[in-house]
Amino acid sequence: MGDAPGKEVLMPKGTKIALGFALIPFFMLVLALPFVNRIRPFIFGLPFLLFWIVLWVFLTPFILMAAYWAENRFNRKSGQDKS
Amino acid sequence: MNVALLIILATIVFSAAVGIFAGHKVKMNLENWTVGGRRFGVVLIWLLMAGEIYTTFTFLGASGWAYSRGAPTFYILIYGALAYTASFFILPAVWKVGKRFGLHTQPDFFIKRYESRSLGVMVAVIGVVSIIPYLQLQLTGLGFIVEVSSNGAIRSNVAILLAFVLTCAFVFTSGIRGTAWVSVIKDVLMIAAVGVVGIGVPRLFFGSHGKMFRALVEAHPGHLVFPGATPNLDVLWVMTTALLTGLGFYMWPHVFGSAFSAKSAETIKKNAVIMPFYQIPILLVFMVGFTALQVMPGLKNGDLAFLELVHKTYPAWFMGFIGAAGAVTAMVPASVLVLFASTLLAKNVYQTGFSPRAGEQTVLRLSRIMVLVIMGFALLFAFYLPNALVNLLLIGYDGVTQFFPGVVLGLFWRGVRRSGVIWGLTTGFVLAAVLVFSKHDPFLGMNAGFVALVVNAAVTVAVSRFSGAKAENSGQMA
Repeated sequence: MGDAPGKEVLMPKGTKIALGFALIPFFMLVLALPFVNRIRPFIFGLPFLLFWIVLWVFLTPFILMAAYWAENRFNRKSGQDKS
Repeated sequence: MNVALLIILATIVFSAAVGIFAGHKVKMNLENWTVGGRRFGVVLIWLLMAGEIYTTFTFLGASGWAYSRGAPTFYILIYGALAYTASFFILPAVWKVGKRFGLHTQPDFFIKRYESRSLGVMVAVIGVVSIIPYLQLQLTGLGFIVEVSSNGAIRSNVAILLAFVLTCAFVFTSGIRGTAWVSVIKDVLMIAAVGVVGIGVPRLFFGSHGKMFRALVEAHPGHLVFPGATPNLDVLWVMTTALLTGLGFYMWPHVFGSAFSAKSAETIKKNAVIMPFYQIPILLVFMVGFTALQVMPGLKNGDLAFLELVHKTYPAWFMGFIGAAGAVTAMVPASVLVLFASTLLAKNVYQTGFSPRAGEQTVLRLSRIMVLVIMGFALLFAFYLPNALVNLLLIGYDGVTQFFPGVVLGLFWRGVRRSGVIWGLTTGFVLAAVLVFSKHDPFLGMNAGFVALVVNAAVTVAVSRFSGAKAENSGQMA
C-alpha cells in the first residue's frame, strides 16, 4: 500500500547521524558491561559498576537531544519528518 | 480506624473519582476510549507513559531483587534507557501509520501492514496472554502493599477487590483519558515516596549512601557486581536481558497502543528524549533494597524488603502514605493493561476473527464488558495463584518481545513478508515458552527470551527472502 513499487526510501542524512548517537547507550550500557563489572573505585559513593550505569542512563536524554537536533538540522525540507 | 487506613482509602477513592470525572464530558466512541481521540500533548503523553513504566514492580520487584540478588537488578535501570532510545525511532513511525489508517491497537497494525486477519488474531491472543500475568502482578502487588502498610487493617484480598471495583469503574467510563489523569496523582505520590525513603533510609542507618555501599561491600563482597548473589545471572544474562526488555518494552500492546493517543509524531519524539530521566529514581529504590539487606537480613520474601524497612523506620501515618502511593501505582498500570487487553479481545479477536461486520459501537460495548471479564480473571489468579513477582514479568516480556521483528521490519524494510512474520513469531514464541518452562532460562548464560528473539528475527528474514518477491504485499507504510 502507499508507495509506488520499486521506490526505495533512502535514509536521510539526519536520521543516519541520529542513529549514530543512538548507538552510544547500547554500547555503554550493554557491550561495555563486561569491562566495568567491578566495585572499585567508588565514585560519588557508588560502586564503580553502578556509577557507570547511572552515568550513562543519566546521559541518555542528552544523547537523544543531540539526535533530535541532528534530525531537525539535516532532515529539513526532505518531507520525511512532517506528518 | 487507624490513620494509615484512612489515608489509603481516601487516596484510592479520590483517584478513581478523578478518573471517572476525566471522561464525563467526552462523548464516548472507540477512538476516544482507546486512544483519547489522538489529542494528547507532550504533558499528557508524558504522564501516561510514566504511569505505565512505574508499576508496583518499581516499588517491590526492583528493591526485592536488590535485596536478594544484588547487581543483576541493575538491568532494570539499563533497560529503560535502551527502550526510550529505540522508541525515538520506532514510535513516531508507528504513530504515523496509526494516524493514516485510523489504527487503535497493535494487532490493527499487523493486520494493515501484512494484510492478514489471522496474523492480527494471533498477535492479539499472544498480547492478551502476556498481559494477564502482568495485570495479576499489579493486583497481587497492591494487595501486599496495602496489607503491610495498613498494618493488617485491610486484608490483601479486600484491598484487591476494592481496587478491582474502582479501577474497572474509571476504565469503563473514561477509557485512556481516565488512566492519564489518575497518572498525575500517581506520579506525584510515587516520586515523593521513593524520594523520601530512598534518600532517607541509607542516611538514617548509615549516615550516607556512600557509607551504606561500603558497609555492604565489606559484608557481601560479591553483591554489587555481576552475578551478585545469584549462581547464574552473570554479565551475559544482564546484557541479553537488558536488550530483550529494552527492545520489548514498546512491544507491550498497551504501551504500543498508548503511542496512538499522542497528537503528533513530534510529541512522541520529544517524549522519548525526556523519558530517561524517569529512570533515576530507580537508583533510590535499589538503595532501599541494599539498606534493607543489612538492616534486616533473612527476609523470606525479598519483594517485601521495601515495605518492611519503611514499616520499621517510619511512623504509621507515613506507612499510610506509602500504601496510598503503592495502591495508585498498581491501579494506573492495571487500568491501561485491562483497557488494551479488552480492546484486543473485542476488536481484534471478536471483530477481526469472527464478525467483521460488527460496528464500532458494538466493539466499544464488548470492550467494556471485557474489562470486567479480564479483571475478573486477574483477580482469580491473584487470589489463588499469586506467584513470585519478577518471574511472571519476564515470561510476559519473552512473549511480547517476539513482536519486535514484525513491527520494526514492517516499518523499515519493504522486503518483509507475511509468511516470514508468521513463522518468525511462532518460532520465537514457542522457543521462548519451551526454554522457560523446561527451566532452561538462562540458556547458555543468556536470557532465553533473547535467544528466541534472535531466532525469530533470523527466521523472519530468511522466510521473507525465500518466499519470493511476488504475490504478497510488499508495501512500506512509514
